[in-house]
Amino acid sequence: MLEIKNLVVQIEDNRILNGLDLTVKDGEVAAIMGPNGSGKSTLSYVIAGKEDYEVLDGQILLDGQDVLEMAADERAAAGLFLAFQYPLEIPGVGTMTFLKACMNAQRKARGEDELSTPDFIRAVNAAADRLEINKEMLKRALNVGFSGGEKKRMEILQMALLQPKFCVLDETDSGLDIDALRIVSEGVNHLRAAGRSFLVITHYQRLLNHIVPDTVHVMSKGRIVKSGGKELALELEASGYAEYRTNEAA
Amino acid sequence: MADIANLRTAAETGLSSLFEAGRKSFATEEAIGREEAFKFFEATGLPSRRVEAFKYTDLRAAMTEAAPPAEAPSDEAARAAVAGAKGFAGIEAARLTFVNGHLVPALSDLDGLPEGVRVTPLNAALAQSDARLKLLAPVEQARANPIYQLNTAFLADGALISVAAGAKPERPLHLRFVGAGTDGFSTATRVLVELAEGAEFTLLESHEGPDGVTYQPNDALDVRVGNGAAFRHARLNREGRGAIALSTISVRLDDDARLETVNVVTGAVLSRHQIYMHVAGEGTSAVVNGAAMLGAGQLADSTLLADHAAVGGVGREMFKTVIDGDATGVFQGKIIVRQAAQQTDGKMKSDCLLLTDEGQMMNKPELEIFADDVACGHGATCGAPDEDLLFYLMARGLPRATAESLLVQAFLGEAVEAVTHEGARAALIGEIEAWLEARG
Repeated sequence: MLEIKNLVVQIEDNRILNGLDLTVKDGEVAAIMGPNGSGKSTLSYVIAGKEDYEVLDGQILLDGQDVLEMAADERAAAGLFLAFQYPLEIPGVGTMTFLKACMNAQRKARGEDELSTPDFIRAVNAAADRLEINKEMLKRALNVGFSGGEKKRMEILQMALLQPKFCVLDETDSGLDIDALRIVSEGVNHLRAAGRSFLVITHYQRLLNHIVPDTVHVMSKGRIVKSGGKELALELEASGYAEYRTNEAA
Repeated sequence: MADIANLRTAAETGLSSLFEAGRKSFATEEAIGREEAFKFFEATGLPSRRVEAFKYTDLRAAMTEAAPPAEAPSDEAARAAVAGAKGFAGIEAARLTFVNGHLVPALSDLDGLPEGVRVTPLNAALAQSDARLKLLAPVEQARANPIYQLNTAFLADGALISVAAGAKPERPLHLRFVGAGTDGFSTATRVLVELAEGAEFTLLESHEGPDGVTYQPNDALDVRVGNGAAFRHARLNREGRGAIALSTISVRLDDDARLETVNVVTGAVLSRHQIYMHVAGEGTSAVVNGAAMLGAGQLADSTLLADHAAVGGVGREMFKTVIDGDATGVFQGKIIVRQAAQQTDGKMKSDCLLLTDEGQMMNKPELEIFADDVACGHGATCGAPDEDLLFYLMARGLPRATAESLLVQAFLGEAVEAVTHEGARAALIGEIEAWLEARG
């Protein structure tokens, strides 16, 4: 599904990713954990196609196709999705208008017909119910006046509607209370499928109790320094990141 | 200090000759003070950037020649001119049609006006010395403005519109101004709207004309909003790209009066829309908005004076400008709160979105406050579309141009959403969409 090879990235002369390698198979849920500043969010932005970063070396292959030459919208149409750590508020853009515009833009890019309004509303309502999203929220401008938890649920709603192949969840658990964490996790678990993979970025093992990963990778100083099964997350929770910080410093 | 006299420009000399030549044919002038206005204008001339109020919109430099006042068109010519008129075209409304600044009764619904609304053509009102003429020029400061004076001096036609006490017609009145011709011409119209106590009335105004012709419309709207009355006004400038379009709205608000005026600009090579609001009564509320979309070579100026002279007036002024190409946007807004106007609540904002590096925006907000118990604020912003927002939208699959258009639409939409009349609001949003589509 996704293969990252020797990825080297900098922003304003600061090297953030230092030859990162990572493979996520079809249907796999991979978790990335790591201390602050290890480059986790940068990785998510670079996968999604944010232009501020300079890619010096390496490849990101989605089903064998290098996405680094593609613009963010082309990557989205190809099936990449980033659930933002801090979803943005867009005053004046109605949530429904936005959702429909995104769905249709992706369909158009893939050469598919536009969605009919009844089909669109049906799809939104079903996804919103599952995520316990109030219909009033859908009438407001995108994310404007939403709580942290509401914004994260809106991200998962978009993921559910856009049906991407590969989803990156950037600290989706940050700012969530226990109930919101459960709702969001259930929303994600509902989307798990053989043809869909996830990269779950988090600081805490807590999220991984709800979204149980197949693999766990530890990131430090811009590289994957250890990989293992879900038990690796528990080890980290017990021992902390100190070991990785010293290893890197050494 | 030495008195430095400006040399008269060709346009100024031309205006003097045109005024002299037209004197015989002008309608009775006593009621409107035509001679006095022109005398005043001749003394000051066309305002240049040396005049503070015209610092960013140099009319003296822009208006290179005086275009002759347009003749009244034949009904046939008027019909041809109006055939392609698009502004507010689909809206169920009574219409008054002005072609080249002359009211065309054959294309106006003078017999099918909204209930409680009376319309008298300006020339008929002048001939009859209509008592309502004394309500013209309701705001003192406007009378000293050179654009308004030129309008008075060359005034050719217009209408007096009265809305009866308590009348609340749902159907709006649409003033449809259409310019036609292949050579330069000028027009000067004045419309007076008087709302009696408790009346509620929606007035739509559209202005359009030929592309590539240097014509000079100068339109003034005088409004008196009586006690407890509500005046709603949506104005659309989609003038031809060669036009120098000058307009003034002066409004007096009596006790508990409500005002809503929204001006949307897509047209003209140079436009200046002046708003003079005089809060004479207590407990008034006013929404004064503007949305301008400008492309290469265009300049649009919105100049506002909100003069609060009575207690408890609430004012919300929001101006949005989108600049493409090397266009220039100008916003000058001044709120005066006089000593008597305690508990005034005024907020004025001008935001600009620059889509290129070549465009520019001039913002000049001013507050002059003489009362001590007021809440007044102003703000001005200017910037490119937010890259983070663009990335967020693109990461959901929207191509960059679509994402940018969505942000522009949202940005301008905020000012247009204030339009209460649903059809007019939709039409103005349609103008935004059409502008974005034409931009590609």
